[in-house]
Amino acid sequence: MGRYILRRLLQLIPVFIGTTFIIYSLVWAIPGNPFAGLCGPRGCPPSFVEQMTEQYNLDKPLPVQYVLYLGQLFQGNFGETFNGIEVSTLIQNAYPVTIKLATIALVFEAVIGIAAGILTALRGKGFVDNLVLAATLFLIAVPVFVSGFVIQVVLGVQLDWINPSVGSDPTIGELLIPGFVLGSLSMAYIARLTRTAMFENKRADYIRTATAKGLTPRRVVSVHMLRNSLIPVITFIGTDFGALMGGAIVTEGVFNIHGIGGLVYQAINKQEGVTVTGVVTLLVLVYLLMNLLVDILYAALDPRIRYD
Amino acid sequence: MSATDDNTGGSPGARLLEVEDLHVEFRTRESTASVLNGVSYHVDAGETLAVLGESGSGKSVTAQAVMGILDTPPGFVTKGSIRYRGEELLTATEERRRGLRGENMAMIFQDALSALNPVYSVGFQIAEQFRFRRGMSRRDAMTKAAEMLDLVKIPNAKQRVKEFPHQFSGGMRQRAMIAMSLALDPDLLIADEPTTALDVTVQAQIMDLLDELRRERGMGLILITHDLGVVAEVADRIAVMYAGRVVEESDAESLYARPAHPYTEGLMASIPRLDQKGEQLASIKGLPPNLAAIPAGCPFHPRCHRAQQECREKLPELHELGAGRRSACHFAEELISSD
Amino acid sequence: MTESTETRSVGERTTSPEAPAADERENRQSTKQVGLWGDAWRDLRRRPLFVISGVIILLLLAIAAFPGLFAPGDPQAQDLSLAREGPSAQAWFGYDVLGRDIYTRVIHGARASIVVGVLSTLVAVLIGSFVGLLAGYFGGKTDSFLARFAEIFLGLPFVLGAIVILSVFNAGIEGSPGTVRVMTQVILTIGVLAWPISMRIMRSAAIAAKQQDYVNAAKALGASHSRIIFKHVLPNCLAPVMVYATIALGQFIGLEATLSYLGLGLTSPVVSWGMMISDSQQYIISTPHMLLFPAGFLVITVLAFVMLGDAVRDALDPKQK
Repeated sequence: MGRYILRRLLQLIPVFIGTTFIIYSLVWAIPGNPFAGLCGPRGCPPSFVEQMTEQYNLDKPLPVQYVLYLGQLFQGNFGETFNGIEVSTLIQNAYPVTIKLATIALVFEAVIGIAAGILTALRGKGFVDNLVLAATLFLIAVPVFVSGFVIQVVLGVQLDWINPSVGSDPTIGELLIPGFVLGSLSMAYIARLTRTAMFENKRADYIRTATAKGLTPRRVVSVHMLRNSLIPVITFIGTDFGALMGGAIVTEGVFNIHGIGGLVYQAINKQEGVTVTGVVTLLVLVYLLMNLLVDILYAALDPRIRYD
Repeated sequence: MSATDDNTGGSPGARLLEVEDLHVEFRTRESTASVLNGVSYHVDAGETLAVLGESGSGKSVTAQAVMGILDTPPGFVTKGSIRYRGEELLTATEERRRGLRGENMAMIFQDALSALNPVYSVGFQIAEQFRFRRGMSRRDAMTKAAEMLDLVKIPNAKQRVKEFPHQFSGGMRQRAMIAMSLALDPDLLIADEPTTALDVTVQAQIMDLLDELRRERGMGLILITHDLGVVAEVADRIAVMYAGRVVEESDAESLYARPAHPYTEGLMASIPRLDQKGEQLASIKGLPPNLAAIPAGCPFHPRCHRAQQECREKLPELHELGAGRRSACHFAEELISSD
Repeated sequence: MTESTETRSVGERTTSPEAPAADERENRQSTKQVGLWGDAWRDLRRRPLFVISGVIILLLLAIAAFPGLFAPGDPQAQDLSLAREGPSAQAWFGYDVLGRDIYTRVIHGARASIVVGVLSTLVAVLIGSFVGLLAGYFGGKTDSFLARFAEIFLGLPFVLGAIVILSVFNAGIEGSPGTVRVMTQVILTIGVLAWPISMRIMRSAAIAAKQQDYVNAAKALGASHSRIIFKHVLPNCLAPVMVYATIALGQFIGLEATLSYLGLGLTSPVVSWGMMISDSQQYIISTPHMLLFPAGFLVITVLAFVMLGDAVRDALDPKQK
């Protein structure tokens, strides 16, 4: 087990370097002059350019710049924006909000998605099944910026049930609806995944064996069918947490939530490369670690998986 | 052969199970297949009935109907009767039928690897019955589970009880399956192709184990197989099925001596025998019939080398031939007398 | 292959409802690829989901190809006196804030969405399938290397990655970028970020296919790698990738709209649904039809492709029957 985790950790390193290097080179290298448009129409003062060039080693070749940047990053130094604000402070302010939002989304999608999936599988083909399938199709087909926008206008502006613009330091209650919107797509996937797995396992030989042993239908479903069906669902939920953090950008934009997504979107518009690379690096790290966690969890859930 | 037996448990010779004129249809969106078309057989306490036939002949479906684990849909029992110790099962409540499963009748399946739940230990799956049917504590149930593994001669049972199905070899897995089926001490055991997935040497061991356990416990055993060779040693009586019907029923000895149905003849001719070394093995030509469109007359006639005009027109009834033998062939009498 | 298999499958279904169907499928795949697709087609024609989505998609393709036939007007024609007017007999979908006919604009917006959707799917699926096929077939070191390489792109959050890439490329352009350039950028961005998914699908299909006996037989007979890959392995891996491609097409259309909504995708004078939705934001209360119609078309389009993918998957997968 320990060796397995170690091996997976080692495998993460090239992936982490690859992903962050791509982002780094995109942000710093491609547009040519990294200061173009950064300081407004008059251009940046030479002293600033000089200071930045030195601080971020912009005169050195790209790989060297990148390695030096990573080195700084691992010492906890995310750098400063043009206005002199520490990027790490920005992240500290924004991250808790996004984690809250993603967690709410995850709870919604897991609870509703799994419940819907189980319900359809138990009822068999028929009205409930068709209803859930239609609902998942609809959730998949409506882009988040449309559903978020409509919900914001209807619930927030017309019915006045929620605060349409959440603002900084939101409460859990304020994040419920945005969390629901954020999780809606994955909710549909989880419902379908659970449904498919349950339908497949329903006809599995070991379910027939369990029935032949004279176990109650409740036990057959809740112990034998569910455990096997939830393995793929749980791995999906794990990977999704990493994806939700980076995917919250649109939802945060619609509801004006000051989270990671909002931060990075503003940074891109203001061309604050330091903030963008810092945040994205962090997101990539979270995503990869969640994937690792899922792999380990998977091995723990399914005894057939060997750690070799 | 083991035609007579020293029974220890139950009342030897008591009628355990009677299946009578059982009809089952499989209904799909496209078509309806008549999978069982009037199956009748019975099993007494302490005896082994071998049910023989090609895949698709309805042997397993009959067993599933008896156990009450037929997948519905697509399977529907449309007619007939299944009686356990005289009690009609087809009209019994689901709760009553569930009570009988495991406790009075149990079943073991062909592929133990897929029939055991991969994510639970073997011990857990055996102990489950003690915990939820007998109200035992988790710990006591596990001890009992280890005892059951010991009973089926799995070495090192105390350790192995914690292992998962994929960690067992094929033969050991089938033993574990048998242990699981016997946990609640049923008096009827249905073994659906218990050795088909195993090596030949292991096959014999499993067969011996089943035979021994049946004798010790005085159980009735229904042995479903497509392999006439497998059952030769252990079967008291044999029912041969074809296209959802029993076409021949006989004590094992007479059947081996002289089959009363051309289909049984064909099955026997396809067993390799030591005294016929070097000769080409016979096989039954053609394929089993499409169950959605069973041919008129005798369903076997398109493959039968004895088929006459009568066979194409008239469905032969399963009729008595004397001495407990029955056959569904128009020419059964000729078959057993001629030579 | 017709009558006899039928017989068997019905008969064997009595023992285990799943096994025979899988066997049957294997048989068909090894002997005749046509059988699987032919069967799927026969099955598909009877599915209402397929028929409905098929009709919608054909209609959308027609609209994208010949928008003038459906809406002869000019999508840019403005008449400020008509601004924000609701749906009427003259203008079925009403007018936007600049007095442009929303129906005409929605019809003309279809082309951009469909073109981006189709081309980005092609890019993603072609790259992904090729890499996945190599990784799955050769296995070992090739596989680990390609799998890590794919993970690099999977590690980038999808929307965020697209925003970074597009903003960087947009920033490099002086003035307003040309339509073709922006479209190419969006297509390549989606393709680059999405290819690892089809790579994974193709990879596992290839691993399953290469273990089949007929592949071993071909190897034993000395067939070259390329012959085995394209003749034996690829045909057996197409089904799952096709299903993914259909569903992905719908999702990419939604993604393109999201990017246009964020101001990173298509810009005026090209008409696109995402832009129209974005434009409607400030006027949603007074002019809800500005949102309703482009969003409705977008949702129906995505829905049609996802439904088609569902139907195809069900038809190709015997377990679902």
